[in-house]
Amino acid sequence: MARTVQDFSTIGTPSSDVTGADAASADVAVIGGGIVGLGIAWEAQRAGRTVTVIDPAPASGATFAAAGMLAPVSELHYQEEALLELTLASAARWPEFMASLPAEVETGFNTSPTLVLGADPADRKALADLRDVQLRHGLDVVPLTIREARAAEPMVGPHISCAYRVEADHQVDPRAMAGALRTQLLRSAVEQGRTEPEQTLVPQTAAGLLHAEAGNTHSAVTGVQLADGTEIHAREVIVANGLGAPQLAGLPEGLVLPVRAVHGDILRLRVPAHLRPLTTATIRGLVRGLPVYIVPRGDGTVVIGASSREDGSAGVSAGGVHQLLRDAQVLMPAVAELELLEMTARARPGTPDNAPLLGRVAGLDGRDIAGLIIATGFFRHGVLLMPIAALVARQLLGNITDLAWQPFRPDRFSPTLKPADSIGQHSDPTDNQHSKENP
Amino acid sequence: MTESLVRNDELRNDAQPNDALASEGQPNDALVIDGVALGSRLIMGTGGAPSLAGLGAALTASGTELTTVAMRRYAVDGAGSADTNLFALLLENNIKVLPNTAGCFTAREAVMTAELAREALETDWVKLEVIADEHTLLPDALELVEATEQLVHRGFKVFAYTNDDPVLALRLEQLGVAAVMPLGAPIGTGLGILNPHNIELIVARAGIPVVLDAGIGTASDAALAMELGCDAVLLATAVTRAQNPVLMAQAFKHAVIGGRLAAQGGRIPKRQHALASSAMEGRPDV
Repeated sequence: MARTVQDFSTIGTPSSDVTGADAASADVAVIGGGIVGLGIAWEAQRAGRTVTVIDPAPASGATFAAAGMLAPVSELHYQEEALLELTLASAARWPEFMASLPAEVETGFNTSPTLVLGADPADRKALADLRDVQLRHGLDVVPLTIREARAAEPMVGPHISCAYRVEADHQVDPRAMAGALRTQLLRSAVEQGRTEPEQTLVPQTAAGLLHAEAGNTHSAVTGVQLADGTEIHAREVIVANGLGAPQLAGLPEGLVLPVRAVHGDILRLRVPAHLRPLTTATIRGLVRGLPVYIVPRGDGTVVIGASSREDGSAGVSAGGVHQLLRDAQVLMPAVAELELLEMTARARPGTPDNAPLLGRVAGLDGRDIAGLIIATGFFRHGVLLMPIAALVARQLLGNITDLAWQPFRPDRFSPTLKPADSIGQHSDPTDNQHSKENP
Repeated sequence: MTESLVRNDELRNDAQPNDALASEGQPNDALVIDGVALGSRLIMGTGGAPSLAGLGAALTASGTELTTVAMRRYAVDGAGSADTNLFALLLENNIKVLPNTAGCFTAREAVMTAELAREALETDWVKLEVIADEHTLLPDALELVEATEQLVHRGFKVFAYTNDDPVLALRLEQLGVAAVMPLGAPIGTGLGILNPHNIELIVARAGIPVVLDAGIGTASDAALAMELGCDAVLLATAVTRAQNPVLMAQAFKHAVIGGRLAAQGGRIPKRQHALASSAMEGRPDV
């Protein structure tokens, strides 16, 4: 894919005309304090900008539930090869992103490998077929004998049909990561002279976007209006509030942000002392055609997930929990001995092609609307894709467009909005799939 | 039984060559169920689809006009467009929705789910699935009969997902179902048609449409179902979990048409001895 980077000159040197002392303004206002919004805010702040993150309950949505697997290889799906380019780029950027945080910060980031297991002969065939595609993309998936897999992770049960090791698939603890980012945002804000925490983290709901010309949603975005009527002025506004994005007032007319709720159930369990470690690697399995994973945490707990439901029910599904525990026990029988600490259900913001809505939005004249960046629709990959989303946002803030990521433009499902610069645009990020304007 | 149901045995028994069949449109060979004519004899399911856009592309490629949706898995939400809402996607593609009761283990659950579907989707069509256990996903015959009686009594047009049991299929027809849907093999197995003889027997005795449902793995399975005389084929997994769902959907579209034509074309008998395609009689004696 063509990759053209234009103009790096402004990066890291914003010409801020917004004073740090003004409580109701910032260089960058981020709507949504999930992992993506916080990551983008931190990246922008590191580049010297003042930031304000608006969220009544930061990191309480999909970020709160997510297991935090950074697994571009084992999460590859057929027909999603274009998305693979984005997930691989983001995975490669994780260590660099971590290096931006003080070393002592606890985030649960670790580079232990992932073990992929199949339960029955059909799962074995399905994983072998997928490996062919993984190898075609140059990904490293090492077949193990079952004996080798069980030597590495003795708690793996004997009744599995195949095993692979994926060195490149890692993990982070999204709750810890979100907490670390919030702490860092506040600390760095103080260095910028913004001493009030409410200047940086606004615990309120965003109602809509403010525009340079009132009533013209294609004019430049100049800030955010909160639900209580307060206005926060900003040179750039980042919309990163997941499923809430389409509800914002003042979105450019004609912009379709097709996000839908795909709920998932996920469990957290404590491993009794005599069974530790249950596993050192992340375990991903296919059990009679259904995916399940077991992610070990440093504190002796494991995360088991995740179901995928579009039944519209926000609560935890008994059937979902049953399925997860049933299938996890096929891979690791000792799961039955664990203490069930937490059952959580949250909605992922799913898009028609499973790829994010990331970038600027074309106005009716085909030119990008100033002051507005969209970063939502990360679906199953929000944690993994956070560093690349942060980089893309930072580049866009510096008027840099990386054409490699144009297929993920947020206006690709908006038939009336066509970017003037057509290089690589409006092609569907997932091959052989059809969006409305590209049948 | 309603009179609008086409007796499919007329198509089955007198293998009339029909020129219209040669074209893909098959204008004179619509499948009619409950008075509704369907141009495609491929009924699709939605389970297991990797993405909404991918599902839409596969359904379009399949040419289906009727698609079944699990009411327990998809919330019926009036809001949203084809980009966010499965039902809007089907509507936009002119595909009729056949709600199903997948995930129900008792007649009571199935009846309540059907009522929910009727209210939400304003259709009295329902594909009745009452599953015995999650290991086989086979129909529970007793609960199925119980639920069928209740649903027919409540005015539903029941598409009964059933075992490949000719006795049970006939009982369901007598109870007033709109179509019987015997399985080829358990759901999601892709094992094909495990008991072709039973499927033939069901077809031979049926006065209502017979839809081969479940177990289809690849195109030849669907063609076989049509050759055995089935009126339509229903499948989901074979397309949605294929490596390239669009290609597989096209394959099934053609397989169903091919199988239908073969069933009507009248196959030759199988023989133990070779028979030259150019007969010896009448050749010039040189």
